[in-house]
Amino acid sequence: MEIVKAKDVVFEYIRRDDEGEVVGITTAVDHVSLGIEKGDFIAILGHNGSGKSTLAKHFNAILVPEEGSVIVDGIDTSDSDKIWDVRQSAGMVFQNPDNQIIGQVVEEDVGFGPENIGVPTDEIWERVEKSLKAVGMYEFRKNSPNRLSGGQKQRISIAGVLAMKPKCIILDEPTAMLDPKGRKEVLEAVHELNKKEGVTVILITHYMEEVIDADKVFVMDGGKVVMQGTPRQIFSLVEDLKSLRLDVPQVTLLAYELKKKGLNLPDGILTTDELVENLLALKRN
Amino acid sequence: MSLIVDHISYIYDKDSGLPTVGLDDVSLSIPDGQFIGVIGHTGSGKSTLMQHLNGLIKATKGSIYYNGEDIYDKGYDLKKLRSKVGLVFQYPEHQLFAETVFADVCYGPGNLGLSKKDAELRAYDALRKVGFPEELIFTSPFDLSGGQKRRAAIAGVLAMKPEILILDEPTAGLDPKGRDEILGMIKELQQKEKMTILLVSHSMDDVAQYVDRIVVMNHGKVFLDNTPQVVFSHYKELEEIGLSAPQVTYIMHALSENGLDVKCDVTTIQEAAEEIAACFKNN
Repeated sequence: MEIVKAKDVVFEYIRRDDEGEVVGITTAVDHVSLGIEKGDFIAILGHNGSGKSTLAKHFNAILVPEEGSVIVDGIDTSDSDKIWDVRQSAGMVFQNPDNQIIGQVVEEDVGFGPENIGVPTDEIWERVEKSLKAVGMYEFRKNSPNRLSGGQKQRISIAGVLAMKPKCIILDEPTAMLDPKGRKEVLEAVHELNKKEGVTVILITHYMEEVIDADKVFVMDGGKVVMQGTPRQIFSLVEDLKSLRLDVPQVTLLAYELKKKGLNLPDGILTTDELVENLLALKRN
Repeated sequence: MSLIVDHISYIYDKDSGLPTVGLDDVSLSIPDGQFIGVIGHTGSGKSTLMQHLNGLIKATKGSIYYNGEDIYDKGYDLKKLRSKVGLVFQYPEHQLFAETVFADVCYGPGNLGLSKKDAELRAYDALRKVGFPEELIFTSPFDLSGGQKRRAAIAGVLAMKPEILILDEPTAGLDPKGRDEILGMIKELQQKEKMTILLVSHSMDDVAQYVDRIVVMNHGKVFLDNTPQVVFSHYKELEEIGLSAPQVTYIMHALSENGLDVKCDVTTIQEAAEEIAACFKNN
């Protein structure tokens, strides 16, 4: 079953001068159609300005399409009466952890969402406990968020979304401001949610390494989806990705360079283990 | 001509009930023309250290010497120091404010007391050095793409003609091509303009690719200070303090452990490719 279904979506940003006259129109999303299967781990790649964040904002009704439609868990996002239902089904985590945390104490912050929609107190505490445990932050529940690291703060943001019991979670460059350990923590937490809780994940990132375990990758350029496939299929196309201002994981790039030097390696190698195995096999022959 | 950090310590909230150690007995010598990477987990003290280098924060203990002069001496011209040691903050584009890119870049040199014409010449020169598209210099900074905004913001610091340029995560949030472009531009400033560069980064791959020397910070102390080859050979210790090594390091170690005769201390893709290919040529 498809949890998110975009059909022919168009969204334009209109620029106006001081008098309110239209001076330019940018088509940020240009007739995009795609479907995301329930329980999948999806990645969206694309250069700055390719339209990926604008598209993602359609998945929880921060934006509604000017043409076409977006259906999230069976609800049309343009139905303004159902906007809170959409946002409950699909939660969003942004780049800067400091902009998303409002509570003075971790558990208060995580409970804020459910409290807002009138969840009974006992159930709020249950949800807070479960969400914090799911991201490995339960032991910090009484802490002040200010004293946490970037990776820990991002996991609190994710717990806050989880406490709303979403079916789908959208993460817009959640690791851009984090150190290597923070990046790893956040990604592990997200993968765990996907596998154990069956939450559909939509990850937007500029780090190619974060994408290799995704079920499917969409690549955007000029507001359109220009490539889609498994990470292996996508990362086999090294030159195509580079022409879209993107890259491939370092391991894939090294394998590609070795191939150019005449080593007989398969396309789209994604992990260190794979590359090492292939090289060792080559050495034995 | 150099910057010497001599046993500095810094305590946050010294007079409150909760003093926190920001820097703990840090010493560094920064000679002219080096490209230095500064790495460390969030809260390790790297940004605090950078803010000491141009006098934004004053050390609780210790001294900093710029070209032989103690910057904490009475009467030392800190304003001049700040024009010579330029600091580009994280997300510098958030600080763009003027109506046009050109006016924004002119603002700094204008404040140095230069004539309008000299300030404009410097601004123009700085925009050229960062590779900013000439046809866009009179547009509003708010109409630019992320990568262009960042170039404009870096140009604003370059227009002060610094001898040392410190950049705090200059590529955060940029796409891969944008990252390469900004880092390539910074490398050129080092090579052509002979500027000293300090690059604070969370990307081990970027650091490995561009710098001559790496300073690793941990708990306010200098944990390691050496070439990328030596620093990344300590990859297990780096992991223990919340960092990692470039992927290349892990690949080379795995190959070596499995009996392939390759050097483990290469840190870039190009070096690794040559090293591995050479090993197969002897097959």
